[in-house]
Amino acid sequence: MQTWRANLVAANPNRPYISVCGGTGCRVYGSERVWNAFRDEIARQRIQAALDYDVKVTGCHGFCEKGPLVVIRPRNVFYARVQPDDVPAIVNETILGGTTIPRLLYTDPQSGEKIEHEHDVPFYKHQYRLILDQNGDLDPANIDEYIARGGYAALEKAFSTMLPEQVIAEIKTAGLRGRGGAGFPTGVKWQIAHEQIQKSKFKIQNLIPSSSRQALSEVEGSPSEICHLQSEIGYVICNADEGDPGAYMDRSIMEGNPHRVLEGMIIGAYAIGAPQGYVYIRNEYPLAVKHLRRAIEQAEAYGLLGENILGSGFDFSVKIKLGSGAFVCGEETALIASIEGRAGEPRPRPPFPAESGLWGKPTNINNVKTWAAVPIIIAQGAASYANIGTPTSKGTMIFSVVGKVANTGLVEVPMGISLHKLIYDIAGGIPNGKKFKAAQIGGPSGGCIPAEHLDTPIDYESLKGLGAIMGSGGLVVADETTCMVDFARYFMTFTQEESCGKCVPCRVGTRVMLTILERICAGAGRPDDTEYLWHLGEKIKLASLCGLGQTAPNPVLSTIRYFRDEYRAHIFDKKCPAKVCKGLITYSIIADKCSGCMVCLRNCPTNAVTGVKQQVHSIDAAKCTRCGMCASVCKFDAVAVN
Amino acid sequence: MRVHIDEINDIIRREMQNDGSPISALENIQARYRYLPPEALILVSARFGMPLSQVYSAATFYPVFSLKPKGKHSLHVCMGTACHVRGSPQILDRLQTKLGVKPGGTTRDRLFTLETVNCLGACALGPIVVADGEYSGQMTAQKADGLLKKITRTATKDTQVVRS
Repeated sequence: MQTWRANLVAANPNRPYISVCGGTGCRVYGSERVWNAFRDEIARQRIQAALDYDVKVTGCHGFCEKGPLVVIRPRNVFYARVQPDDVPAIVNETILGGTTIPRLLYTDPQSGEKIEHEHDVPFYKHQYRLILDQNGDLDPANIDEYIARGGYAALEKAFSTMLPEQVIAEIKTAGLRGRGGAGFPTGVKWQIAHEQIQKSKFKIQNLIPSSSRQALSEVEGSPSEICHLQSEIGYVICNADEGDPGAYMDRSIMEGNPHRVLEGMIIGAYAIGAPQGYVYIRNEYPLAVKHLRRAIEQAEAYGLLGENILGSGFDFSVKIKLGSGAFVCGEETALIASIEGRAGEPRPRPPFPAESGLWGKPTNINNVKTWAAVPIIIAQGAASYANIGTPTSKGTMIFSVVGKVANTGLVEVPMGISLHKLIYDIAGGIPNGKKFKAAQIGGPSGGCIPAEHLDTPIDYESLKGLGAIMGSGGLVVADETTCMVDFARYFMTFTQEESCGKCVPCRVGTRVMLTILERICAGAGRPDDTEYLWHLGEKIKLASLCGLGQTAPNPVLSTIRYFRDEYRAHIFDKKCPAKVCKGLITYSIIADKCSGCMVCLRNCPTNAVTGVKQQVHSIDAAKCTRCGMCASVCKFDAVAVN
Repeated sequence: MRVHIDEINDIIRREMQNDGSPISALENIQARYRYLPPEALILVSARFGMPLSQVYSAATFYPVFSLKPKGKHSLHVCMGTACHVRGSPQILDRLQTKLGVKPGGTTRDRLFTLETVNCLGACALGPIVVADGEYSGQMTAQKADGLLKKITRTATKDTQVVRS
């Protein structure tokens, strides 16, 4: 395989190329038109100016705020918000002329300075890209590129120099913890599954009468028989049912570097001894499904999946299962039920999936990011991985920083970095001169972290101490215009809808919590509502069957903990300080500012605005549904919200 | 859209050959008709040897399935956290008022089905509305109006072409 890689590298010398982001975000911005324009232009110039450049459509670069993104490599000239019309200029001036185009460069909002190179852009400069490192320069549709960049070397290393037990030991030494949210040590999980599979193998051997075993060994060439027996052994599953609203790093990894996930799965399957794998992926991610499907086909064609992988005698195949839009299926027992073809309801544990999982067999489930970290650990060695991060949380973590930040995007940082650095240095702080209010980590299972705790290092334990969780890495920033009670209500609406309904504490409890929150937001909160929410939340956490219910109250509990004032303002003063909750605000027109242009009048869906041209309008509070349309269309800032 | 028993049977047969599950069969039927006709549930139950009650349980559990026929055009409003803090509730409000249906509902002329989706993962562009698979980012109530108008216009044009 090494010679193969050397050949690939030799056949594809370091040709210069234009990397256009083909992630879902940039595609929405129209990056497809941009790369087509590049291809046309390059084809034209190839003849005219003997230009030899490749145009590469890569996975998500991460800096989604500024898409479509274009990077000219190897010089790493970074252009943001590129439109098809800019393409001829880029080719002529930057590629042929060697100069940069200032208007397309990224401008540092603090210093106003234009930044030429990708690695100098603050968004990238402070990151530590371990898992996402190849996302911006790899064509995900081409397995050769992955191999040429050292891909499948970890697999080769594991198969040729390590026993399954040694692979597990290596993962343990690296200190890798499950990136799905709970942070269970991955090596320990693998060990348990490995032991269970050893046990069940022993059982199978004893179940089959010796005469049949003899017959079986004679038909060793008949793969179907053997495969059938092996698939009865155990499974590895990649949990790609990324359901946290506001988190999309799993999708970006699968879109941009699907082979790394597959390589991790093959190594894991080898360590555990499971001959069959599944990727359970969200239906809402069509591009990721497409890339993963193609990656599996390519790996099969190269003999990296299938029978006797790299001559090791180990067989492994991977199937894709599409999720059907249920958040609870991210919970491992619900996910298993869903693959088995039933409604995705969780069941009590124990038995844990490692003991009795998919179709009753030992099963190991890990998140996309966990699998993607495996090849890196094996290739670079556990010690180098364990050097990154904090004593209890090793390696890097990917966050999708979204909401009220200047630079929305995917950020990979070492564990232990402070929230402040993440939000201000990398994500560029809060736009429009607004004030930071809270960072919500961990989605519907997580909690809010207020300004006074911004210096806390991000690791599993610190976040837990603050009432949040690492979760899968969704980080939503809220500013002063976000109402924390409404925010809590939003998450409760989500979990209440997604509750599968199997256990009472979650089904009824979340419903009651939501009713109370709705009442508070509508201005009908009762004096003891906050206390009641607190006690109910604590009980739901204790009594629910699965992770969904056990964490569902977190967003409410953490907002009560840090923003009790806002709850008080809603309940006692009947005011929403952030001016969000419809039941507590009124819209009115500021007479001094109104020009009488009638725009708000025409746009009001309920005809609540009255007035004649060139005269001050007024809003009828009885008719007004507080939709905010008038304020959003007014060019004179003449609509006041109180 | 007419439902053909043979077609449903074909889809189920194909799934069984590829050792798929009842859910993936339902998914493919849903993709074909954009809803699950009663015949589909009965046939899946019979072919896979799974009690009808369990097929019904799966079909009503997963949000991707619908037991009611959907409109010609689908509108999905992203209700992810990032879109929420950037104002997606106002967009949904607006579409609800304009179309006169609640999320999950189909307009009486069967032209639109309004739905919500938990997160599309294109958070930099929020709030997002997806119309027939096409994303529109940074939505405002006004842009939502424009989007509806555009679809209605092309839809009437289509019918005119068919008629002539």
